[in-house]
Formats: sequence, C-alpha cells, structure tokens
Amino acid sequence: MTAESSEAAVRTLPLARAINAALRDELSADEKTLLIGEDIGALGGVFRVTDGLQTDFGEHRVIDSPLAESGILGTSIGMAMRGYRPVAEIQFDGFVFPAYNQITTQLAKIHNRTDGAIRVPVTIRIPYGGHIGSIEHHSESPEALFAHTAGLRIITPSSAQDAYWMTRQAIVCDDPVIVFEPKRRYWLKGEVDTANPAPDAFTAQVLREGTDATIAAYGPLVPVALAAAEAASVQGRSVEVVDVRSISPLDDETIARSAAKTRRLVVAHEAPTFGGFGAEIAARVTERAYHRLAAPVLRVGGFHMPYPPSGQEHRYLPDIDRMLEAVERAFAYQNGVVR
Amino acid sequence: MQPVQLLAEDGTLTEHETYSPYLQGLDDDALRGLYRHMAVERRFDAEATSLQRQGQLALWAPATGQEAAQIGTIAALNPTDRVFPTYREHAMALYRGISPEELMTLFRATAHSGWDPNAYNFHLYAIVLASQTLHAAGWAMGIQQDLRLNALPRDRAADEIVLACLGDGASSQGDIHESMVFAASYQLPMLYLIQNNHWAISVPARTQSRVPLADRAAGYGFEGIRADGNDVLASYAVAAAAAESIRAGKGPKLIESVTYRIGAHTTADDPSKYRAAEELQEWSSKDPITRYRTWLTAADKADQAFFDEVKEEAEDLAADLRRTVPAMQSIDIERVFDTVYAEPHRQVETERAWLKDYEAGFAEEEGRK
Repeated sequence: MTAESSEAAVRTLPLARAINAALRDELSADEKTLLIGEDIGALGGVFRVTDGLQTDFGEHRVIDSPLAESGILGTSIGMAMRGYRPVAEIQFDGFVFPAYNQITTQLAKIHNRTDGAIRVPVTIRIPYGGHIGSIEHHSESPEALFAHTAGLRIITPSSAQDAYWMTRQAIVCDDPVIVFEPKRRYWLKGEVDTANPAPDAFTAQVLREGTDATIAAYGPLVPVALAAAEAASVQGRSVEVVDVRSISPLDDETIARSAAKTRRLVVAHEAPTFGGFGAEIAARVTERAYHRLAAPVLRVGGFHMPYPPSGQEHRYLPDIDRMLEAVERAFAYQNGVVR
Repeated sequence: MQPVQLLAEDGTLTEHETYSPYLQGLDDDALRGLYRHMAVERRFDAEATSLQRQGQLALWAPATGQEAAQIGTIAALNPTDRVFPTYREHAMALYRGISPEELMTLFRATAHSGWDPNAYNFHLYAIVLASQTLHAAGWAMGIQQDLRLNALPRDRAADEIVLACLGDGASSQGDIHESMVFAASYQLPMLYLIQNNHWAISVPARTQSRVPLADRAAGYGFEGIRADGNDVLASYAVAAAAAESIRAGKGPKLIESVTYRIGAHTTADDPSKYRAAEELQEWSSKDPITRYRTWLTAADKADQAFFDEVKEEAEDLAADLRRTVPAMQSIDIERVFDTVYAEPHRQVETERAWLKDYEAGFAEEEGRK
C-alpha cells in the first residue's frame, strides 16, 4: 500500500484526488497497468489528476507521450494487445477527435474482429463538459458520439466516491472503457471509502428518493439535479434523482423503474438534446414504461449549437431553474394529457 | 537514392559490400524455399482473383508482383517477431503458416479475420490505412516494458522486433507520422516496410511524396533504405541487416521496397483506366520470380525437378481452394454477439434475446403450416 491509500479507509477528497488515488492503487496492484498521455508526468496533468505518480512509479509506468492523440490511443491498443493495461489521458474533450478513428474503428472492434482472441483493456480518461471558463475546444460533451459505437464502455462519475471506484473498475475491466470525467467537478469534495467497493460502475443509482417525478442526470449535472430536487421539495414536489453513471451499457431498467414509480421523467445532460444521449434514455424508458407515465419524457440539455463562448455558458448549460421548468412542464400533464 | 539491388533484372548476381554477406545466412534449401514461397503465392493469388470473378469472394487484393518484397523480408525475421500487415501481405501470411482458407475469410466476408494473431505472431489485416502502424509501435513499447519486467519468454530472448507494413498510399496518413514519432522518441525495436508498388488505387506514388519514401525516415531521426523490391535476395539482405541493427538496440529502421503491383488494387478497379500499358510492360520485365528462377538455375541451386515439384504444389493448393472456398460459411451472428465485448453487456444481451425470440416466431409459423 502506498502512503496515500494506507491512511484511513474513509477519507474526504476532491474528485480529482480520488481519481489520483484510484490510479495510484491500480498502478500498485498490477505492474502491467501503465499511464500514458501528454503532460501527465512531471506536471501531473493539466488538472493535476496524475500528480506525483511519475515520481512514485517511474517514467516507464507514467509515460509522458509525444503530443499526438491518435498516437496515444494507437500505441495504447498495441500495448494492450500484448497484455498491458494502458490508461490513456486525453487532455481535453475537444482534443479526442484526432484519436476518434483509433477509438471507433480499431479499439472498439478488435475483440470482435479477432473472434475474441485479443482483448484490449484500454481505459481512456477524458475530462469533459462545460463551466470551467476556458476557450473553445476546452468544453465539449461528445458522449453520444462514442455511445453509438458498439465495443466501447462509457461511464461518467459524479462524486469522489464514484470517481475512485469507477476508475478502478474501468482499469480492471477487460473491455475498452471511456471514463468521461466531469471536469467542473474535479474540486468537488466527498467521502471516499477505499475499502468498500462502490456499486458496479456499469449501473445507475437512485441518489435521492421521491414520489412525484424523476430527474435522470449524469456526471457534471448530478449535483445540479440534486439541488433542483431539493428546491422542488420546498414547493411540495417530491423529486427522485437517478445518477445514470453508465452510458454504455445503459442501466435503462433502473431508470425506467424510477420513472414508472414517479410517473414523470426529466433527462438532463450538458450535450445538445438534438441527437443526444437523452433521446436514447427517453426512447427506452417510453418503451418500458409507457403505460405508467403521466407525461412524455422531457429533456433538458444544450442547444443545437457549438458550446458558446464561456461567458455565455450559463445560458447554454442546464441549471437548477431549467430542470425545475422541465419538472413543471411534466406536471402540466395528467395521465398523458395536458391538464 | 538508388535501391539496393543484388540480383539484376537478367538474373545475374552482383556483389554488394554491405549486403552480400547477409546472403551467407541462406543455405541452398533456404534459397529454394524463397522461390517456392513466391511461386506458390503467385498461384494462390491467381486462384483468388478468379474465385472473386466467379462470385466466390466479395473482393480480392492481388499481390502479384510483390512476392519478392514480402518473402525476402519475412524470411529475414524470426518467427517470434510480430508482424502488423496491411491487407496485401498474402505472401507473408502464407509464409507464417496461416492457411489459404483462413486468409480468404476476410475476402469472402465470412469473418473479419480467420486467424488468431497470437498463434502466428501475425496481426489482422488492416483496412483502415496506417492504423496498424501505431498498434505496432504500441506492441514495441510492450516489448520494452517486458524487458524492464524481465517478462520476455526465454525463447524470445531480448531480441524481439516488430515489422510494420504499409504501402505508398498509406504513407500519406497521419497515423504513420505519429507512429514514426513514437518509434524514434522511444527508440522502439521496429522495422517499417513500405512496399511502394507505385499506385494507391488510381493515384500515383508521386502524389503521396515528392521525395523517395525512404528519405522520410531521416526526418524522424532514423535510417531509411531503398531496396529493389523485385529482388528477393536484396529484400532479404536489407531486411536482415536492418533487423540485426534493431536487435542490437539501435532503434527503428525504414525500408522502402520499390516494387510494382501488376494487377488491380482490388478486383473492384480497372488499372487500364489509370495506368499506361508501357508502364505495366516495363515492370513485367522486372518480374521477381522469373529473375530469381534464372539465377537459381544458372547457379545450379535448383533443377527442373524442383521447379516441377513447386508447380505441382501450387496447382494442388489452387485445386484445394476451388473446392474449399465455395463451401466456406459465414460465422454465426451468435459469435458476433459473443465477441462485441469481453464481458457481458446489458444491451447486447437484450438484443441477442430479442433476435432469438423473433426468429423462433418464424420457426413456429413454419411449424403450423
């Protein structure tokens, strides 16, 4: 055990530090786990998520790569074919596209193309989403683009505890896993229990019980959804909050169960709603629970535009009020008909 | 840069100070073996082309004309060296022991790959150009990790290298640039083989590069060599010399093998629409197999009985293919469900169950009739 993880099993950590602890613990657990990415060594990553890891594990385990995203992913695939477990860092969401070909035509398909002979357990960490006040290409929400590719697993934690365990579970998974890290929540503190595994990374979780409506959200919007539910309770609305957590596979059963119970579902994400992942959730929940729903599944998300300049992101990204507005629209229906 | 040539077009052997000594590694059996592999591959290739014309293959990518480049290079490597091919390395694949039927699966579209790459140290064919050159670099990084962990199997000693194949067209892709950057930065044990067959489908090599492709290596900080890819002895010697240097830990090398694709890019195109007949004729006169046979005969390394025996072997292989290929069946879609993920995935399982129920419904319907 390393210095960090030998401390008390339950610690309060910012989400970024929880990921750091997860990477540290996996590097310690398996000598074939490697980290690769730009600036992840001496600098510790631009968000310091890998801080100190190269010092402790060496430059051969924590590899500062050339500035080449396709190269980072393509070589990760080659290392994985040989039995290693590379954890590749993409510095910002908007920079993943030079590697998109390697991820979608190669990484996602190799197990299938080889009839199962070769596994490629590559983990890809991508800081994503808005609200960090940076310039263009530093705020993107491309999860739906990857969700459409079979062969990839896609998860997104929303708390420090999930960030720790979901990262560890991604690394030991034999499939390629993309971990979309909600970068605006990197500094969100929470209790991390390193002794007791959190729920399975590929499931959804009900974070707050309610009876009148459900908000399903993931990653950066989960704290917003919880705050919206709290605000709604003041107005006498009992709102349940489901953290989707896993985009592929999607735990549609848990979401549909909640929607069937509360009879109203609002899906929220930062990505544009048009063609977005919320549409997949809405369609699946409708198929599963149509007769139980009092209102159509409503979506809250970004607009059909590129992320606007960060000075306007407050008008683009769903906030508490936008979620409450959607909940109210759902309450306008009674048994599927507008009252 | 003149390509290294040992065997002239008329079949005469010349001495080369640097490369001729590497031919000492080939005894008479091995010399005959080079011929046998080239001749059998050419017959295989012709049969595959005609099977495609008969509708038995979805597509075929002929390698006729490139036999020497491929056989010379692969013969210079160890069986434990990992090969990352593009989609035209049929001679290399057969040399490594992949069966003609296994090789046909992709082109008959009965499977995406018919062989286990780990069984032959020969990776899947790559359709997305140059993508495999990064996997090769990653594999080479894995070799370095294994050395660090003392995890290399004893029979691979410390000298395992990686061969990354690409064509002149793929040399324009971004991934080959990134691969060479990684190879140079980490001094990876990699050999790049660019088979410059002069045409990327209908686009000539001059559209890919204004300088010989071998010259590009210098820009990354390693050596590039041009070899006559229609000369199996030069192809062998240049690859053997490069492999020796790479095994000695001196970093990557690039060989541009100057050769020519005699046939179409694939059976889907018609080279007469984009290539001059004179060019084809000129290159046909440089044929790698004819040239080598002339030398083998003159040097008294092989007699008519040997050539007859090879011809019979090649004809047998072709006859086998005519019989076996039409009988090849696609893998079941159940196998595809099985291998999308290594671990269970909720949506895959749901859709698998749905298809099973749906198809069972038709079976019941049939039963009631």
